[in-house]
Amino acid sequence: MSEEKIIEIEVLRYLPESDQAPHSEVYKVPFTDDMSVLQGAQYIKDNFDGSLTFRWSCRMAICGSCGMMINGIPKLSCETFIRDYYPNRISIEALANFPIEKDLVVDLSGFIEKLESIQPYIIPKEPRTLEQGEYIQSPEEFNQYIQFTSCINCTLCYAACPQVGLNPDFIGPGAMALLHRYNMDSRDGGQAQRMELVASEEGVYNCSAVGYCSEVCPKHVDPGNAVNINKINAAKDYFLRFLSPKGGAK
Amino acid sequence: MDGWWKKNPFYVEYMVHEGTALFVAAYAITLLVGLVRLGQGPEAWGGWLDAMKSPLSIIFHLALLVAIAYHALTWFKLFPLTMPPIVINGKKVEPNVVVGSGWTAAIVAALALLGLVWRIAA
Repeated sequence: MSEEKIIEIEVLRYLPESDQAPHSEVYKVPFTDDMSVLQGAQYIKDNFDGSLTFRWSCRMAICGSCGMMINGIPKLSCETFIRDYYPNRISIEALANFPIEKDLVVDLSGFIEKLESIQPYIIPKEPRTLEQGEYIQSPEEFNQYIQFTSCINCTLCYAACPQVGLNPDFIGPGAMALLHRYNMDSRDGGQAQRMELVASEEGVYNCSAVGYCSEVCPKHVDPGNAVNINKINAAKDYFLRFLSPKGGAK
Repeated sequence: MDGWWKKNPFYVEYMVHEGTALFVAAYAITLLVGLVRLGQGPEAWGGWLDAMKSPLSIIFHLALLVAIAYHALTWFKLFPLTMPPIVINGKKVEPNVVVGSGWTAAIVAALALLGLVWRIAA
């Protein structure tokens, strides 16, 4: 057994019942080399203060619950290891650009509304009865969107996006990647409806191509690419309507 | 949100990249002024050429060169983010290949232009 080491973890606490504003508290946490930052938070909750509140579930970077700002960088705390910070202090805070509900838990209701607004389901191009059989898709058609299905809604990209910070109404990288996933699906016919949102005030033109969203994405979805491809798509829609017989009218 | 960009080196690079665009604009304006002076006759044109040869102008152009080179390098780094994926033989071209191709094209174009100007001057 190696000698037990101690790391300082500084946690941004906020208790809505008693606090006017968030404040920091420092805990001295013993750790082993296999311990994640999430386990550090769990140690604090079990041994120092049971009121410390944070979200977590799977501990294996698939549920998307445990995102937090770790030394100012949005990360999944379950796949971030304490040993990589030792002997320096680790600071953990609630994800940036979201209202704090309590301690490390943020209010995701705005994000959920954005997710709903993009109609994240297949709107069939051609309604088929059971007798007509399944919708057929080729591997090439599948490859068009598969990358954008990997999103786990961890919202690290929202915490990374300064434009979300400046305009909370911006649909944002994660929801836009999911929108793109459905628009690129050969079975889907909802593109015209979703493109209205893409080109709206809340849409892709809020993005100034900082690109940090794609950098922090734990699933390599590249949401920034989805946003930027849709700038081109929205511009195409705008200009091509002058060539269409109805002039873009529905 | 005040000072948000100072919190992360990634944001700092973004701001410097965006900031160096002003140097691109400054160089474009310098060339446009030259064009206007050319239109005003040989004397005006000669004056502009002399101004370009002053030590202050040479320092200014060296600063422009550094800033615009940085802008170009970081601009190509954004290609994989902003462009639709390029697929060759059913495989998506890797981001570093896209960035490397951009840098190579920029360097080749710059050298070709330099060679051409050199020959005209000689």
